[in-house]
Amino acid sequence: MTAAPAIEARGLRRVFRVRQGLFAEPRQVVAVDDVSFSVPAGSVLGVVGESGCGKSTLARLILGLLPPSAGDVLVDGKRLAELDRRARARLIQPVFQDPFASLNPRRRVKDIVAMPLAAQGDVPSAAMASRVAEMLARVGLSEEQGERYPAQLSGGQRQRVAIARALVLRPRIVVCDEPTSALDVSVQAQILNLLAELRRELGLTYLFISHNLAVVEHVASEVAVMYLGRIVERSEAEALFRAPGHPYTRALLASVLTPEPGLGVPDVGLGDAMPDPANIPPGCRFHPRCPQAFDRCPREAPAAWATAGGFAECHLLEPTAPAGLAGAGASQRQLAR
Amino acid sequence: MLDVRGLRVEFGGRTAAVRGASLRVSKGETHCLVGESGCGKSVTALAVMNLLARGAKRDAEVLSFAGQDLLRLSDSRMSRLRGDRMAMIFQEPMTSLNPAYTVGSQMTEVLRRHRGTPRAQAVDRAAELLGLVGITAPGMRLGQYPHQLSGGLRQRVMIAMALMCDPELLVADEPTTALDVTVQAQILRLLATLRRDLGLGILLITHDLGVVARVADRVSVMYAGEVVESAPTAELFAAPRHPYTRGLLRCVPVPGKTRRGEPLGSIPGVVPRIPPGFRGCAFRDRCEHAAPNCAGAVPRRPAGPEHEFLCTLPADWTLREAAA
Amino acid sequence: MSEALTAPGDGATGRRLAFLLGALIVGVVALAAVLGPSITPHDPFAQDLGKRLVVPFWMEGGGREHPLGTDQLGRDYLARLIYGARISMVIGVLTVVASGLIGTTLGVLGGFFGGRIDDLVLFAITCRLSIPVVLVALAVVGLMGNSFTLVILVLGLLLWDRFAVVARSTTMQVRNLDYVSAAWCAGSSSFSMLVREVLPNIATHLAVVATLEMALAILLEAALSFLGLGVPPPLPSWGLMIAEAKDYMFFSPWVIMVPGVALFALVFGINLLGDGLREMLGTQDAR
Repeated sequence: MTAAPAIEARGLRRVFRVRQGLFAEPRQVVAVDDVSFSVPAGSVLGVVGESGCGKSTLARLILGLLPPSAGDVLVDGKRLAELDRRARARLIQPVFQDPFASLNPRRRVKDIVAMPLAAQGDVPSAAMASRVAEMLARVGLSEEQGERYPAQLSGGQRQRVAIARALVLRPRIVVCDEPTSALDVSVQAQILNLLAELRRELGLTYLFISHNLAVVEHVASEVAVMYLGRIVERSEAEALFRAPGHPYTRALLASVLTPEPGLGVPDVGLGDAMPDPANIPPGCRFHPRCPQAFDRCPREAPAAWATAGGFAECHLLEPTAPAGLAGAGASQRQLAR
Repeated sequence: MLDVRGLRVEFGGRTAAVRGASLRVSKGETHCLVGESGCGKSVTALAVMNLLARGAKRDAEVLSFAGQDLLRLSDSRMSRLRGDRMAMIFQEPMTSLNPAYTVGSQMTEVLRRHRGTPRAQAVDRAAELLGLVGITAPGMRLGQYPHQLSGGLRQRVMIAMALMCDPELLVADEPTTALDVTVQAQILRLLATLRRDLGLGILLITHDLGVVARVADRVSVMYAGEVVESAPTAELFAAPRHPYTRGLLRCVPVPGKTRRGEPLGSIPGVVPRIPPGFRGCAFRDRCEHAAPNCAGAVPRRPAGPEHEFLCTLPADWTLREAAA
Repeated sequence: MSEALTAPGDGATGRRLAFLLGALIVGVVALAAVLGPSITPHDPFAQDLGKRLVVPFWMEGGGREHPLGTDQLGRDYLARLIYGARISMVIGVLTVVASGLIGTTLGVLGGFFGGRIDDLVLFAITCRLSIPVVLVALAVVGLMGNSFTLVILVLGLLLWDRFAVVARSTTMQVRNLDYVSAAWCAGSSSFSMLVREVLPNIATHLAVVATLEMALAILLEAALSFLGLGVPPPLPSWGLMIAEAKDYMFFSPWVIMVPGVALFALVFGINLLGDGLREMLGTQDAR
């Protein structure tokens, strides 16, 4: 691949300082810890994980809404920090989770969609109106709906407005942060289909963040699994769902309840110790919940080992690990990251 | 055990939230009420528990629990029944737990109010139940406040609290929707165990077809205030009859079954708001099989033992369509 | 689902009535203030010592000539009351405009940018809150002599604290909403984000504050005028009318009752209006 990846994260880290009480020392919460990845143009990287794993912070870092504590974000080969905001806006745009909070309730739909064009400052108003009309039609909204206020639209229609606003500048990259979690299933399917169509037509690259693995499996070409701020497994999507390498990924996959009767509810075997980003366990950060943890896990942070479709950070995948526990297809070499 | 027939709920004469819903829950059975937001499933649960907001009108042909007519029960007797023989848990435990009291004092309060159990005994019972719902170190948890617990733990505490008086019926309104998938699986396993071990009847309200498939014995699909299809779980998923049920099932991506990257099935349009006095099928605007006679009376058709659906299409229409 | 559960409460119609009553009172006073001279046949400054303390129409001996009677100098009381309304409204509105501009600007800037700017704004608010408004007003007017403009200036420069506090906290809430994030990602300038995304969404909160501050400014002006440090005579401010009437209140009680009731009614009406606004705000947020 010679072209620069659409998104590249290099050693991203974000620390929040949280004050616990009036006189207590502020504590450090590491929301994103040394995250690196690259997303080739035209593909979809799905990011999954439980709440509090840092996936939304990652989205905000990639969008530039939060400055990283360390590391770099490169968009289309350019350092995000060096681009001015209008140039960024032409490259990368967000679609947020809650369409009730992501649209300004005091503006008409057509003005919301026109907002990114207006912010550019050099788009003539006639061109603006025609591009807004074209975009609204493209996401399946009528001209009449463009005159309405967000409160007069349903959840699915609002999410269409958010998508139209994101795409009106013709960006190359869209960061979708849980775009369908607030929607009903029948509407979720409409929105997922629309996003897929638009990606094919416009050659978009998505960073697709979701807690719903079934949805990620459907849309992503590659998947990153986050746990307490780190990507613990990254893999080509099809391989990840066929042969997950990390025990955490396996637990996540096992907990997906597909609509297939008779299978019962799986035993995930994670116990009730909940992950706390303010108190990250030493060694492998997953070990307190890991059903396969052994004596090395609390002592030593695991390196990234190759899996069928990528890598995972787990001692069990090390070629010299206790036999029989290693994930399928683990190769002999440690991945250079 | 719980028998609801022809339940109607209206809000101020403008919105008919529930329009003649019927369902039954037997002892030791999990009955799932499934539907999208605004279909009236939560209102149905609240109507059964008599917890509707003021200004709501409830009416039913039959609404009985363990032989008692809930429609005629006085408010005070109903509130004695609630939390004692029938208990309810909600989606967000934080709204139903009082942040100012410890878990222990809230749990024992239930037992002391309903049964007059002495404090020491109530504490023992609370600790026992926290253990039963899979909470390690129950003694410590009893002394904690709700905000000190994670979402999954709070929901377990809610379930334990609901079990304090050995209820026969548990009404659970989206109990796992706000939780992570891993925790959801744990809570649902817990509910399944309780049903088996204690013979609990469970009315589980959810929008998640995955949850329905894995835990329900019987399913009622609600749309716009009506139960449009009701069947044993296996049969509903194998041979759904109502066009809405079929549409809903096609919307859900299933890893390994739906082809990746291919469009999902979807239902056009949105759930309508139904005014009182509406006639005909409420789904007809979104239905691909809609015909002129859908605006008239809609028959309830049997499609097998214990399986019926509300539609103008004949019972065997799916077979005919497949043959054609 | 939640929308179906919130059936209209029983108090809704009562509250709407209260709001309408408030709007009616404020509307009548505002109309009187605007129309002023064209609706009264008398000059509020014209003295007629032959007709001192004429009784109002509801008392024995009252007549149509002076419906609310006359004061101790024989000036028509209705005309003075209407002129007083003009003074109260002008002071109320101008004070709110001035203090609203100062407070909103400070609050929005602090809430939106945070950091150093917010520290400064907080410091300014704390300083302002430690200034005793009435004492400072008394001192300034006492030093510089009382005039209409000075009263407005003093009140306008002192009453911005609540605007700043409310603007700051609501801006902080709105700033974290996704639509502001979206505007940021779209490359909007800070100014356009403040004007298009933030201000319209905190405007209703500020309107509620404005009603409270307006009522407060009107009361403060009345108090200052009563003490002889507000609007200079012979301008017919309601506070001044009460002050002038206090010597006659035992034998001619209406001279103190009429401006007193007018003042009470106006402040009451403004507060009802504010309550109604807040109520509408609440239901709108829930919807």
